[in-house]
Amino acid sequence: MIKMTYRDAVRSALREALRGDPRVFLMGEDVGRYGGCFKVTYGLLEEFGPERVRDTPLSESTFLGAGVGAALGGMRPIVEIMTVNFSLLAMDQIVNNAATLRHMSGGQLSVPLVVRMATGAGRQVAAQHSHSLEGWYAHIPGIKVVAPATPADARGLLLAALHDPDPVFVFEHSALYGIDGEVDEGAAPDVIGRALVRRRGDAASVITYGGCVGKALQAADQLAADGIEVEVLDLRSLRPLDTSAILASVARTHRAVIVDEGWRTCSFAAEVSAQIMEGGFYSLDAPVGRVCSAEVPIPYAKHMEDAALPQVAGIVHAVRETIGSHG
Amino acid sequence: MPILTVDMTAGTLTAWRKRVGDAVKRGDIIAEVETDKGLIDVEVFTTGVIERILVQAGETVPTGTVLAVITEEAGTQVFVARPVPGAPVPAAPPAAPPPIAETPGRPRISPLARKVAAELRVDPASVRGTGPGGAVTRDDIERAAADRAQPPARPVEAPDRQARMRQLIGAAMARSKREIPHYYLGTTIDMSRAMTWLAEENLKRPVTERLLTGALLMKATALALREVPELNAVWRGAEAVPSPAIHIGVAISLRGGGLVAPALHDADRRSLGELMTGLRDLVRRARSGGLRSSELSDPTITVTSLGEQGVETVFGIIYPPQVAIVGFGRVVERPWVVQGRIEARPVLAATLSADHRVSDGHRGGLFLAAVDRLLQEPGAL
Amino acid sequence: MIDSGSPVPPPPPRAHALELLSQMLLVRRFEEKSAELYTLGKIRGFLHLYIGEEAVAVGAMQALTEDDGIVATYREHGQALARGIPAGALMAEMYGKANGCSRGRGGSMHFFDVARRFYGGHAIVGGGLPVAVGLALADRMLGRPRVTACFFGDGAVAEGEFHESLNLAALWRLPVLFLCENNLYAMGTALERHQAQPDMRLKAQGYTIPAEAVDGMDVLAVEDATLRAAAAVRRGDGPFLLEIRTYRFRAHSMADPELYRAKEEVEQWKSRDPIALFLGRLRFWRLLDDADLAAIDARVAGQVDEAVRFAEAGPWEPLEDLCRDVYTRVQP
Repeated sequence: MIKMTYRDAVRSALREALRGDPRVFLMGEDVGRYGGCFKVTYGLLEEFGPERVRDTPLSESTFLGAGVGAALGGMRPIVEIMTVNFSLLAMDQIVNNAATLRHMSGGQLSVPLVVRMATGAGRQVAAQHSHSLEGWYAHIPGIKVVAPATPADARGLLLAALHDPDPVFVFEHSALYGIDGEVDEGAAPDVIGRALVRRRGDAASVITYGGCVGKALQAADQLAADGIEVEVLDLRSLRPLDTSAILASVARTHRAVIVDEGWRTCSFAAEVSAQIMEGGFYSLDAPVGRVCSAEVPIPYAKHMEDAALPQVAGIVHAVRETIGSHG
Repeated sequence: MPILTVDMTAGTLTAWRKRVGDAVKRGDIIAEVETDKGLIDVEVFTTGVIERILVQAGETVPTGTVLAVITEEAGTQVFVARPVPGAPVPAAPPAAPPPIAETPGRPRISPLARKVAAELRVDPASVRGTGPGGAVTRDDIERAAADRAQPPARPVEAPDRQARMRQLIGAAMARSKREIPHYYLGTTIDMSRAMTWLAEENLKRPVTERLLTGALLMKATALALREVPELNAVWRGAEAVPSPAIHIGVAISLRGGGLVAPALHDADRRSLGELMTGLRDLVRRARSGGLRSSELSDPTITVTSLGEQGVETVFGIIYPPQVAIVGFGRVVERPWVVQGRIEARPVLAATLSADHRVSDGHRGGLFLAAVDRLLQEPGAL
Repeated sequence: MIDSGSPVPPPPPRAHALELLSQMLLVRRFEEKSAELYTLGKIRGFLHLYIGEEAVAVGAMQALTEDDGIVATYREHGQALARGIPAGALMAEMYGKANGCSRGRGGSMHFFDVARRFYGGHAIVGGGLPVAVGLALADRMLGRPRVTACFFGDGAVAEGEFHESLNLAALWRLPVLFLCENNLYAMGTALERHQAQPDMRLKAQGYTIPAEAVDGMDVLAVEDATLRAAAAVRRGDGPFLLEIRTYRFRAHSMADPELYRAKEEVEQWKSRDPIALFLGRLRFWRLLDDADLAAIDARVAGQVDEAVRFAEAGPWEPLEDLCRDVYTRVQP
């Protein structure tokens, strides 16, 4: 086990994949000469050469579609879309090809494609660069969606994605690239579809993923000072969703607060809330709470951006609400 | 009529391009049809002679309707354009239920049912649930509350709650007559002082606060029960338990037939004005179907008064688990002997039907005597 | 009758010529039967007929080997039949039956046959080009000297994916054979109304891709041009764009009242029916007589009837299987 940053963990996994399987190659904007927009792919071009680390033109639709075609043709492409904000240009290839070719062909095709995207807000880069659209992707049958929150998961889930015969979308919150964590570089690939309890508790279940896990844990510490011990569940995988882990947690705590950086309306949190209502209605002592982004395109000014996004204080407040007024 | 567009279910044949007797070959355009996408040509897929035209220009027909009959060269007739039914499509299998989480030891009861259970003082754990997965619902709680006071002799099938209530009460009446040894006492009360007082009192009150005779009767009954408490008891299987509070069940007839007797709570401690308000409220809610189940199960004794119907004397049937029922008739002018002389006085027949297991005629008589005495001092009520 | 506009090539070998004719006739009769079945409600949804364009698919397919890959559009019945996918599997697919080439999951617009390297059947205009680029990329990276043929229409040329795909294929020297079936209409919009520059060859040149145009009503010309283009791609020269000029005799789909083109224009193109033109030449070269034609007609009619029987007899997928083939591995 060694301590490394999230970006180093991703790079380590990419390197391991490129070394271990000649079918793996990287494709995306500035992944090569530039070293990667977030420095994730730094050094890989030098190590593996331009055939396996390919800088693409700014053609999201075609290079993602080419990823689909290359996967059909026997390769194991890892396509990097610089951020989820630019993935909108590739939506047709994602929804109408990557997600549906298996089904439309009656099961003849598999698309073993991995797509990595940076996501999330908090760096004052304004509305067009601050989206969290994981929820949109989790809506689509035919693809899988993971959102690692720790360096160990960033490595483990990326390797799991490579072993998956279906398209897997990996969302890396841009605020996480610099965080540290213990990583076992010899560990086997992780399992897609399994959530992890990051902190045990009995007062409420705080259910979250990706960039909000850290904030949830901080909120849990604050609440613990007042004797309120919440459980923090890191979903890690949005599709497939570990519903049984969610329901098991709620069966223990009887209260739930979901933290999701997407906008509140039609958010992923709404899906989790609906599943809790369907499967855990009789366990609940209070309505399920949601802490999401405010209904506004993410603003530039810091105090505004901070107010728009889920924060520790908001999570603490939501937990107290769910305990206090109904308990 | 051919299917020409994605969701076409009917079309208008706007023009025929061929006539009866014309030869046609495969691919020829034979007619024109107006669809929601515009005018589309209809082609034939066979070669032969048009024998009959069945749909005229301008007609709108559903898709699948035969438009014409063509006799092929070989003599076989072809119908334009009737689809041949194919193999039947499979039926839908039942949907799989979503995963459910169970907290062991925690009853399945909805928040709404829990609230109602608290209001009606029902223990949810004792109720059988009919909701999803055996969960306890509001209806289950209300049914349990109604059953607790008046368990039905036969299953309830009434379509509305009022009817169901009536059925429950009817069943209770039958059981009462079967199981309770009733004894009956009656007396006639001189109401002259009460009526005079009432008239004077009502002059002082605004119209909306005027008292009816019934309020005096309720109060007198309640205070009399303090003197003979065994008539204000609840029968519990083998013995009567006196009730600490006096809740008078007021028998109210319902429009459309039927009777309910909801409680006027703590009748002994309320003023005449409060009793009046309470009575009016009960009558209104009884007639609009707005009574609570608790109101039907709370009375410790019932008073039935049919004075308005013109009945002079009424002997009621005891509502179990009560042990007595008081009856009042109409106030009538009758000859009365006062110090040897006969004069007309307003009088009222008061009766008592009581459970002989709990009280005897002597105690019952004391009760009626107390009612009489109390009504002679209406100002003290 | 000889089309006086094009140079007269030497006659092809008789067997090959009759094979080309049979294939075109099969496409023609299959499409006619599909139209009939649509009006009877057996085929539902959208149906885009290839009638008039038979020479394009049949001619171009001659240049492709078993190993080459094919990506096509929603108007892909001609390509599918010419590729050798059994007519019964295609008809059953349009019926929605489980014995269809895509298990009945796709319908007319989504024919797939991976064993024959036929990758659809794409309903989004321009949506297949990136996939073709990716298939070619895999071949290049794995050192496989094979061609990916990508059919698309003149309408696709307006989509961003066309430009991105040509650029990327040229930049990375990918073995893509771009085959533009220019039938002059993007659904109801004529070419000159949607392209500032209607000359496809100039567009390809903008991406340094060699390009040629060919008369799509002449099956031998299409075959010849495609062979040369495919050879260039197979050599490793990078992508090639072949514009095949053709015309669809029927509406865009079954629901189209054709308000956007004159009946005279359609009749004019019908006088250049590719099957009639080829028949005329075969007779001129005395490669075919009435008995030959009757035999071919009868065989083709039999194939189409058999295809319909196969479809009629096919089973419906059971509803319990609704959610299969969404993922390769069923979730535990």
